Amino acid sequence: MSKGILLSLVIFGATAALIVIGTISPVPAAVYYAGGRSLGHTPSTPQSAVDNLVSQIRRHDLQAAYDSLGNRAEFTEPEFVRDLMGSALSLRTFATLDTFDVQPLHETADDAEMMLKITWSSVVGPFESRRDLHLVRNGDRWAVNWPIEKTPQVPPQVIPVNYLRWDVIYRGPGDDFGTQDVEAPHVRIVDMHPVNRAEGTVVMGELLDDDVVPAFVSVRATLLTKSGAIIASESSFDMISHTLLPKQVTPFLIDFPNVDLSQVGSIRMEPVSVLVSASADPVVEILNQQYNSGPGASLTGQLSNQSGQTVNIAHVLSTFYDKDGQVVWVAGQYVDRALLPQTPVDFHVSVPADLAKKISSERTIVSTYSAESAS
Amino acid sequence: MGVRVGLPSLFALLLGPVALAQSGNMNLPATVTAGSAFSIPTSGSGSGVLYIVGPDQVIRRSVQLGTAVELSASDLSDAGHYVAALAANGTVDSGQFDVLPAAKAENLNFIAVPSRVPVGQHNGINGTAYVFDTYRNLITTPMPVSFALSGISGAPQSRTAITRNGVAWTSIDSASKQGAAKFVAQAGDATTTRIIQEVPGDPCGLTISARPDGKRISVETAPVRDCSGNPIPDGTIVTITETYKGSLSTVDVPLKKDIAQVDMPAYNGATISVASGVVAGNEIHWNGGH
Repeated sequence: MSKGILLSLVIFGATAALIVIGTISPVPAAVYYAGGRSLGHTPSTPQSAVDNLVSQIRRHDLQAAYDSLGNRAEFTEPEFVRDLMGSALSLRTFATLDTFDVQPLHETADDAEMMLKITWSSVVGPFESRRDLHLVRNGDRWAVNWPIEKTPQVPPQVIPVNYLRWDVIYRGPGDDFGTQDVEAPHVRIVDMHPVNRAEGTVVMGELLDDDVVPAFVSVRATLLTKSGAIIASESSFDMISHTLLPKQVTPFLIDFPNVDLSQVGSIRMEPVSVLVSASADPVVEILNQQYNSGPGASLTGQLSNQSGQTVNIAHVLSTFYDKDGQVVWVAGQYVDRALLPQTPVDFHVSVPADLAKKISSERTIVSTYSAESAS
Repeated sequence: MGVRVGLPSLFALLLGPVALAQSGNMNLPATVTAGSAFSIPTSGSGSGVLYIVGPDQVIRRSVQLGTAVELSASDLSDAGHYVAALAANGTVDSGQFDVLPAAKAENLNFIAVPSRVPVGQHNGINGTAYVFDTYRNLITTPMPVSFALSGISGAPQSRTAITRNGVAWTSIDSASKQGAAKFVAQAGDATTTRIIQEVPGDPCGLTISARPDGKRISVETAPVRDCSGNPIPDGTIVTITETYKGSLSTVDVPLKKDIAQVDMPAYNGATISVASGVVAGNEIHWNGGH
């Protein structure tokens, strides 16, 4: 037998042996890359149990995540998925898990409490969710009891919606000069206040739709030097409610990064309004607004959709005033959950610590997006 | 007698080098009315070519010198300054004349702003009329234009303004009652109509009342009207705010059939207030409906 044939047989035999070993006792990484269920080891500590769970969530292996839960008998897998990933085309359904942080709160030999803070990435920026997890030990294995937040079931019913809707017919392209057209809505700035911040100048205020028709609005601010030269020009991007119904007021905030207010001699404000088709529905109630001026100053509350239509994305905008009624700050938060009919959803708007003590009152509005009405 | 201005350079370029001999002449009118027929008598013998160059057209005619060139009503309809040149036997006779708009107004371009105006606005409606003849030439000679605004209530208002350089304008008060007003401009037989929507002003005397509704309070406004008694349009936002022990609940409610209605949490000792735009209404203190 030649040496070549012998070498071939040795290689063949070694390969076959490795295949058998790999099949009978695969390494965890191989299981993961082959589509297996778990990369992690048997969760022998509370920390590793939470790490395993988040790892499964991150790679969208939600069935494995559900199967690993200690209290999965209390809810179904679809309920767990809805609770975790959102539903009804909410922001959460489009978000991906970015980072997470686990903090132990309490631990004994058989159970533990841990706080899980997950940061999600979305098109409107990151947002956080926090859950206090209860973990139990079962033999040498720890399992997470998921604190599911079940969505209350609204009884089946018919909610009549007969609010107004406005549609617009503009002048035709063939009409002569001087032919009357529908006029842009009349809007006016009812308050404006520039402030100097560490990151630059911020111009904020409030805009009123002073007309009897809805308006699509924006505000542009131009900073001028004392000699009238233009320093910078910016518009309110998403820190405004762009669709205003008659007599509705929206706050606005315009950022000028790296511009010090001392450089500014005057500010030119340009409110822009365009007629827009709009509906007076849905109506969203803002409940239990509580302003906390202590550490981590914030405004919290709940949104309750009073209509029968699901609001897919809601944007909370709050205006904060001092004791003289002067605008001190404008802040907002996108709510990552859809607003189902008559189902309150929490919101949390953060306030800069240095302004927290100046705030005496606030006013909050909600701008909404519904996929149904957009179609 | 035509205005004769030598333009040798212009027509030298057009016709090539020529000697300015007086073998062909023409007699131009000083002014012509747009859309009217006229003739240009010529003198001399032989044949030539007449060119007329205006703001928007060029006319070329073969001419038998010694006869008049006839121009029909449809030949020159655009008002403006024209140049004419008669080229014959290597010479050019040139001159200028003006085509004036017809004196009779046939068309009015009427711009009325705003298209929506709150009731009771002093000089709140502005009208601007541009007066044109039948060929769409702006008539620059002064002429009276009458403006009239008639709504669903009150006596019609009218104004007369004299045009300046073809434009007349005026301002008129809006009526005290909402509705569609007819705004008419007239010059001679030409008339143009615009519709102005006179809309309610800000809410006036905004008030709410509340009654228990199970575990909640039903808050409802009285019919919302402006200070002239016009009902505020449906869809107008009314903000209802409930304050209780430092906690706030607000809702922006659109008016429906003159009334805004919403259910709020029921807290004894809560204060409920109402506002619309920059107008604040009354405030009520809830004590359980007793």
